[in-house]
Amino acid sequence: MELAAKDNAEIQVGIADYKIARNPDRLITLGLGSCVGVSLYDPVVGVGGLLHVMLPDSAQFNQVSKPAKFADLGIPLLIKEMQSAGVSIYRLQAKLVGGAQMFSGLDDKLTLNIGQRNTDKSREILKKLGIPIISEEVGGNRGRTMILDTRTGEVLIRTLGNKLKVI
Amino acid sequence: MGKTPELSSVHMDALREISNIGMGNAVTSLAQLLNRRISMSVPLAAFMPFEETVGLVGGPEELVSCVSVRLSGDVPGMVLFVFNSYSTLRLVDLLMGMELGTTRELDKMGQSAVMEVGNVLAGSFISAIYSMTSLNMKSAVPMFAYDMLGAILTSLMVASGRTEDKALVLETRLFQDRGEFSISGHFFMLTEPGSIQKLFDALGFSDPQ
Repeated sequence: MELAAKDNAEIQVGIADYKIARNPDRLITLGLGSCVGVSLYDPVVGVGGLLHVMLPDSAQFNQVSKPAKFADLGIPLLIKEMQSAGVSIYRLQAKLVGGAQMFSGLDDKLTLNIGQRNTDKSREILKKLGIPIISEEVGGNRGRTMILDTRTGEVLIRTLGNKLKVI
Repeated sequence: MGKTPELSSVHMDALREISNIGMGNAVTSLAQLLNRRISMSVPLAAFMPFEETVGLVGGPEELVSCVSVRLSGDVPGMVLFVFNSYSTLRLVDLLMGMELGTTRELDKMGQSAVMEVGNVLAGSFISAIYSMTSLNMKSAVPMFAYDMLGAILTSLMVASGRTEDKALVLETRLFQDRGEFSISGHFFMLTEPGSIQKLFDALGFSDPQ
């Protein structure tokens, strides 16, 4: 998880992973469904971080092999990493994207609203840490790709068949 | 849930064979439904993290349709069929008896047609395994999505609770080659490592060592 050296690089964040980047680079995570993308940005130093959350709460699991998978563990981990890059937690601004319900049908075992739970838990953790959520695009039934531009802190959202949306 | 069992190549062959027979049955049903010849590839059997299955089909942002059917009983898991958007639209053409190339968008009618294809495929796959093994397998009603591949597969993985373990992935490609109108699809069966022993026992295999 190093800061990329190239100009304007696009750094990909995988599922259940997080990365940080410095102005002018961009962080991107592809195909958020019920997963939630949490971006954090410090406008003063121009450093951003992006986390791809799959599940809300690690407390339901005995073994946790990848803490970044969970909202409750991943967000603090991302903040720690950003702090060592000179970010102040008091300046952080969060944005949330994702948390959709992708499937339609009548199998209620599969419609447990994980997307909603991921969103709720991410909000709860951020609130506890005193980090404001300045905008979000959550819920619905569409898959989303999320891009954080560390030059501006803007988040771009790509959905299939639609124009890029900026939040 | 336990560790991933070490399976010998003999056992992997057996899994491939199960998949082959199950899909053979399913493909026959599909061919009857569409009144077309459908071919299938030699199945792949592997243990892998579910997120890697995305790469078997295409890019995370690729538009695909996915029908998934949850399994319960002796072999809990899921079967899913994934068709890229082009193949999805051609399937609708075939099912509705329209000239290939007619359907340009997937409407409600098209969605239920594709969902029915998935349902038929899953049903015949399961009944083939049942007749081989007499294992208790129940299937739930099908679920449907038409969107980004990555978003669909990760959401399924989370909803099925399969995020910590590697899953047994049996993958088969279906294709109907008609020159410019070729249809191809991917079929996956995902199950827990613990269920595999039951499959082997039912087939008369001893310990998978």
